[in-house]
Amino acid sequence: MSTAASTAETVEPLEDREELESVVIRFAGDSGDGVQVTGGQLTQVTALAGNDLATFPDFPAEIRAPAGTTYGVSAFQINFGARRIRTAGDRPDVLVAFNPAALKVNIEDMPGGSLVIVDTGTFSDRNLRKAGYGANPLEDRSLDNYRVVEIDISKRTLDSVEPFGLTQKQALRCKNFWALGLIYWLYGRGRQTTIDWLNAKFGRIPAVAGANVAAMNAGHAYGETAELGLEVKGYVIPPADMPRGLYRTVTGADATAYGLVAGTRSAGLRLMFGSYPITPASALLHVLAGMKEFDVVTFQAEDEISAVCSAIGASYAGALGVTSSSGPGIALKTEAIGLAVSVELPLVIVNSQRSGPSTGMPTKTEQSDLYQAVYGRNADAPVPVIAASSPADAFDAAVEAVRIATKYMTPVFLLTDSYIVNAAEPWLIPDVDALPLREVEFRTDADGFHPFLRDEDTLARAWALPGTPGLEHRVGGLEKDYDTGNISYDPENHHRMTMVRKAKIDGIADDIPPQAVTLGSLDDTVAVVGWGSTHGPINRAVDDLQSEGLDVSHIHIRHLWPLPRNLGGLLRSYDHVLVPEMNTGQLRTVLRSEYLTPAVGLNNVSGLPFKIAEIKDAVRKLLEG
Amino acid sequence: MNVEARIEPLKAKDFASDQEVRWCPGCGDYAIIKAMQKTLADIGAKRESTVFVSGIGCAARFPYYMSTYGFHTIHGRAAAISTGIKLANPDLDVWVASGDGDALSIGGNHLLHVLRRNVDLQFLLFNNEIYGLTKGQYSPTSRVGTRSPSTPLGSVESPVSACELALGAGARFVARSVDTQQKHLPGVFRRAREHRGASFVEILQNCIVYNDDVFAEFTAKDVAPDRQVHVAHGEPLVFGADRDKGLKVDPDTMSLEVVAIGEDGVTESDVMTHDETNPTLAGMLARMQPPEYPVALGVLYCNPARTYDHDVLTQVREARDRAPDANLNEYLRRGHTWTI
Repeated sequence: MSTAASTAETVEPLEDREELESVVIRFAGDSGDGVQVTGGQLTQVTALAGNDLATFPDFPAEIRAPAGTTYGVSAFQINFGARRIRTAGDRPDVLVAFNPAALKVNIEDMPGGSLVIVDTGTFSDRNLRKAGYGANPLEDRSLDNYRVVEIDISKRTLDSVEPFGLTQKQALRCKNFWALGLIYWLYGRGRQTTIDWLNAKFGRIPAVAGANVAAMNAGHAYGETAELGLEVKGYVIPPADMPRGLYRTVTGADATAYGLVAGTRSAGLRLMFGSYPITPASALLHVLAGMKEFDVVTFQAEDEISAVCSAIGASYAGALGVTSSSGPGIALKTEAIGLAVSVELPLVIVNSQRSGPSTGMPTKTEQSDLYQAVYGRNADAPVPVIAASSPADAFDAAVEAVRIATKYMTPVFLLTDSYIVNAAEPWLIPDVDALPLREVEFRTDADGFHPFLRDEDTLARAWALPGTPGLEHRVGGLEKDYDTGNISYDPENHHRMTMVRKAKIDGIADDIPPQAVTLGSLDDTVAVVGWGSTHGPINRAVDDLQSEGLDVSHIHIRHLWPLPRNLGGLLRSYDHVLVPEMNTGQLRTVLRSEYLTPAVGLNNVSGLPFKIAEIKDAVRKLLEG
Repeated sequence: MNVEARIEPLKAKDFASDQEVRWCPGCGDYAIIKAMQKTLADIGAKRESTVFVSGIGCAARFPYYMSTYGFHTIHGRAAAISTGIKLANPDLDVWVASGDGDALSIGGNHLLHVLRRNVDLQFLLFNNEIYGLTKGQYSPTSRVGTRSPSTPLGSVESPVSACELALGAGARFVARSVDTQQKHLPGVFRRAREHRGASFVEILQNCIVYNDDVFAEFTAKDVAPDRQVHVAHGEPLVFGADRDKGLKVDPDTMSLEVVAIGEDGVTESDVMTHDETNPTLAGMLARMQPPEYPVALGVLYCNPARTYDHDVLTQVREARDRAPDANLNEYLRRGHTWTI
């Protein structure tokens, strides 16, 4: 259902509300408290209200960690506003803590004076002990710096859902919607969208749907009857000024899937997606498995190697093979990627990067697989590398990955990360029919054919499919003769083939847009250079610093291999190059290696996105010398 | 179609590529490729729709010597590559050529899954019980005590029994033959090709350099009739130079026993009849080893079931049929949207 006309309905009357430019809200509770669901609803309703927004779901790797423990705390943060929103926010203005552990884990992120809403119903001695509190923080004045709103949300939820005859356990599960109702009142959001969603979701168990609606209404009424005290009043956040058009919210996993489908269709190919479940990459498999009507075939393989091999097999037979994983799984695929380089077949490898090495922190974000993508194979095996910079941007990045893979007959790395995959943001929905048609032309002419016959411009080899009469041929991982495609151990031929494989990938630099200055100008003193999901914090930091009168630019790189031809010159026009990365300096090393540029790093490997303030501080420090 | 009809049928030699074959002189692989080329000619296969896929090893060079389509991939992964090929184009006739190291060691996992999924292809295991291309190390099918460069005092591992493993994985077609049996092998290949689903064929193949005569105890001319039983569906499990031996089930041990026909009142009617749809019998036949038992050759098990590629692609086709006007623009605009 399109709710294009519903914007007005979702904003409640102004009353005596204070206008805010933006707000950051964090929900935190046990993994089973429904924190992510609550966040998802607030995201949807906020988007419909016309705000710009960014979200940051942050959850433990365990599905249902023991209740009440600090390591089982799941959190969801949303930043929304009347201005363009570029990150999920450095520090929350509001924290909703569903238990002592959630308070304990999150209170350090809260600035003084911020609003902290706690469910006192969970502050039992047992839960306090589990959270590691010696004394009850609600009683020892340790929270005096905050505006703490103590509500027994558990009891109020139980009271409000009483008529529905649920068990105590079921009834308590509604408390996330009680809290959501309160937040809806605080920020003047309508409830109808969520009521509709609950009724649809729990259509077969009307008591559960009704109870959740009742809990939400009770939370809303609690705010409305001014029981909050502490001069907590309602706020209003007007719609943001955004480019005109039709919007929806999208996660990075959604956008990647849509981009792969759109790109493959514009190439006139079937998409064959081979994947093995791994956090956080599995979401892409789930989305694509639901898109069969677009001729998408998904294959849940027995392991990562089978996943990539099935994709290569599919490309060999004329589909576009795509595989997806996270760092450890990509490592397992490496040998097969080398095969795709050697036999020159199209393949898209999506890496949803996560904290490592090894299993690391599976649900936390990082961008530490750049070396793996650019350099991480045996022998000379160049592969183009593209990075998405935000959830919505993953669509364009995926379309571009498909374009390069099919045009140049090569595997392509598409890098996202845990943050991009899970976070949501508004997306100006593109017209996929307007994407340039780049239908692949398979070789059918037997005259003069051999499988490694190359296009003079792109150096891509001919794509001849099994099933084509007269073009029967053999390909494999053994070195091929340049002029016939047959096996060759000739020394000069191997050198020639190695160099032509390299030239093919290097040449892609002529077929990508020159690097632009994302924000700022060449006259500035400092260039803050980023890639991937650091786009948001860098962009906001640079924007803020420019407002302060500092000469700072933001340069964000999509094409990480080959790099844009003009990038070296661009970097040389700045006195300082600062490279913030969620790794120990991988892009910095690449830039130094390629351009001998004296780039310095700002490196944060915490599993969390950069804070805007961190980047601003680093730039100021650089300018102070 | 008239044009088709005028085309001369392809002969065995038409399935040979122009590449010089580089197996060792006397290698059993020569016999296997000869049987394959004959089979393809006999069944009227089309070169353009036939694909040979391989991993790494001596057997994996097979595709280079065929005039069909061929893909020489990486060690152990031919089954996975082939699964992708069938999902992209199920009309292709895919044959995997693999060895005992490739299929049962590095690629064991993929073999298990390609068989249980029942992907419609033929999986040929060239079993020579040794690593050839890496110069003679013992393999997962080598017998205990095999002396090799990596086991100078003899190997201590129990070998895997390939056909039993295939049956355990859920294979719906399991057959066994011997490289030199040029009358038998093409028939087995033909049956494998006719079977819809994953067809597993173990070919006992002699490595003349590193493991010569490893199968001689039951393939040597003088002993072969008494140490091989050629099974055929509906036929009694009789063997021996004088067809005087048979197999019957011993009810006390629930296993096969060799009986002498004509002795102790045993007649041919007491001998078990081969039923290739019987998985219990297939398991017992696959397990038999000389000298106590004859080695079972032929189609041990054939019991067709739904195939993976067919079912996956049927789901896709049905989804398309349900939404014949599926439009990506409309899909992206479903659910909650808003206009600015």
